Amino acid sequence: MAEQMNVIYERPRSWANKVTHYCPGCTHGIAHRLIAELVDEMGLLDKTIGVWPVGCSVLGYEYFSFDSVEAAHGRAPAMATGIKVTNPDNFVFAYQGDGDIASIGMAEIVHAAARGWPITVIFINNGNYGMTGGQMAPTTLLGQKTTTSPLGRTSQTNGFPIRVAEMLAQLDGPAYIARVSLDSPANIRKAKSAMRKAFNAQVRGIGFSLVECLSTCPTNWRLTPVESMERVRKEVMPYFPLGEFKVAPGVL
Amino acid sequence: MSDKVLMKGAEALAEGAIQAGCRYYFGYPITPQNETPEYMSRRLPEVGGRFVQAESEVASINMVYGAACAGVRVMTSSSSPGISLMQEGISYISGSNVPCVIMNAMRGGPGLGNIAPAQADYFQAVKGGGNGDYRRIVLAPSSIQEGVDLLVDAFELADKYRMVVMIIVDGLIAQMMEPVEFKTRIDVSTLKTPEWATVGRHGRDHANVITSLTLDAAGLEQWNLKLQAKYAQVERTESRIEEYQMDDADYAIIAYGTMARIAKTTVRIARAKGVKLGLLRPITVWPFPAKQIQAYVGKLKGTLTVELAYRQLFEDVRLALCDKMPLGWYGRGGGVVPGPQEILGAFEEQFGKGR
Repeated sequence: MAEQMNVIYERPRSWANKVTHYCPGCTHGIAHRLIAELVDEMGLLDKTIGVWPVGCSVLGYEYFSFDSVEAAHGRAPAMATGIKVTNPDNFVFAYQGDGDIASIGMAEIVHAAARGWPITVIFINNGNYGMTGGQMAPTTLLGQKTTTSPLGRTSQTNGFPIRVAEMLAQLDGPAYIARVSLDSPANIRKAKSAMRKAFNAQVRGIGFSLVECLSTCPTNWRLTPVESMERVRKEVMPYFPLGEFKVAPGVL
Repeated sequence: MSDKVLMKGAEALAEGAIQAGCRYYFGYPITPQNETPEYMSRRLPEVGGRFVQAESEVASINMVYGAACAGVRVMTSSSSPGISLMQEGISYISGSNVPCVIMNAMRGGPGLGNIAPAQADYFQAVKGGGNGDYRRIVLAPSSIQEGVDLLVDAFELADKYRMVVMIIVDGLIAQMMEPVEFKTRIDVSTLKTPEWATVGRHGRDHANVITSLTLDAAGLEQWNLKLQAKYAQVERTESRIEEYQMDDADYAIIAYGTMARIAKTTVRIARAKGVKLGLLRPITVWPFPAKQIQAYVGKLKGTLTVELAYRQLFEDVRLALCDKMPLGWYGRGGGVVPGPQEILGAFEEQFGKGR
């Protein structure tokens, strides 16, 4: 009798089978992989439209086999709103970085969350502007050195880091808000579980959903990939705690 | 019996857009065009469309961008400072080759200015505003009826060329009431979703991607050359002008929109005095009807460009006519609207009694 072979890991159909441009140790690739897996598992490939940001993931649309659009810096939630309203049965997600969502696009994300329409945002928080060379972001930690806070961020000069997930969870519109981390296999599994809930919140028409992913930027942090993962656990998580901040009834 | 109804400009233009097949509108309040979003908010749901009040003009235009990517007929409207905020989105929409319609009810500027009628956004509408080499088709109606009629053309042109089409009016046309007839009703069920639209693959064998990004310089140059070829075609085929009392004219006023409407009265007064004055009224200000105006070289003794701005339209007249004839100019700014006699006075000051 021939031995039965079971596929336990493969390239998602939603993945365009391309090599990404991301730096070694960057977690964008992990977040991308999770999106592709979930789109496959939830049977969404034919009805998905991805809205990509300005930032390191500006070319994100190159890596997926579903429809995509490229937004202006910070405007992905507005563009996603325009796409969703024309075809409410489609699955629309925006992918945003921290400068994109919490600085230039703060108005767009707050009002998309407040409207509560079922769109999903995957938010990559790596504490700096990666693509432009590591400048200070709204999520840069106090004391953290960046190219525009060379002596370390101080609250007197630069104010305090913004906790996007907690802030948006105060609104009545969102159905699901969570912060996850992509630093370890265990946390990546939890991240996928949170993203599945976020996707479901849209598919089931419950409301707006957002998953903030604590991410790495080894190149601009001047750390190795391993050191970057360590930094997420030791320095980033204490200020940006993991957890679910809003779970509306029906989200599973 | 006539099907004419008496309507305010900003509302008639909204209904005109709906009759032209517009089913999605995103906007933010700003005077003097608030009646347009207000009207859309109650009318669009009646026809199966959607109205969204955005958090800013920046968001409005990016919602328009999203809906435009889905290949539907979509519009926004605003007034000068709001249109300034939309320039980023207009550049992206143009760079992505997707269609939409934008109405600007121009008001006095610069800055917050005021809410009185002006044409001071001519450069912004016609020459640029956002970054990069792009053009939009700019239509300039001089009555509410013409605005309603042009909206049908606006959506057709936007779809045909995958371009931003802008309708420029001013506080006067937006706020006055006139009889208007809706002659064309587009059946939206006949509008097909374009093959390039990002509406989900739904069995399509490839993904559609809409972006204005091309990192490779040679590739972006090729993309620009495609846009330029499209713009050249629009320039060749889509310019429009009204020629009023021009058959025997010695002189012409060149004006558009509200100013042209007033200048028509100037022409009639001048004609009554025996002055052979006519009016050249660009209906498209981009593409500028340069060829139609150049046809009068050798026939006219001079032109007087009149506008609610300072030498903006005049710049295009000068580019078209250079030194081929004497070129006079008269304009008022800040929302001041000159009457027909004042324009005639300016004409006589620059060209004598015209005989």
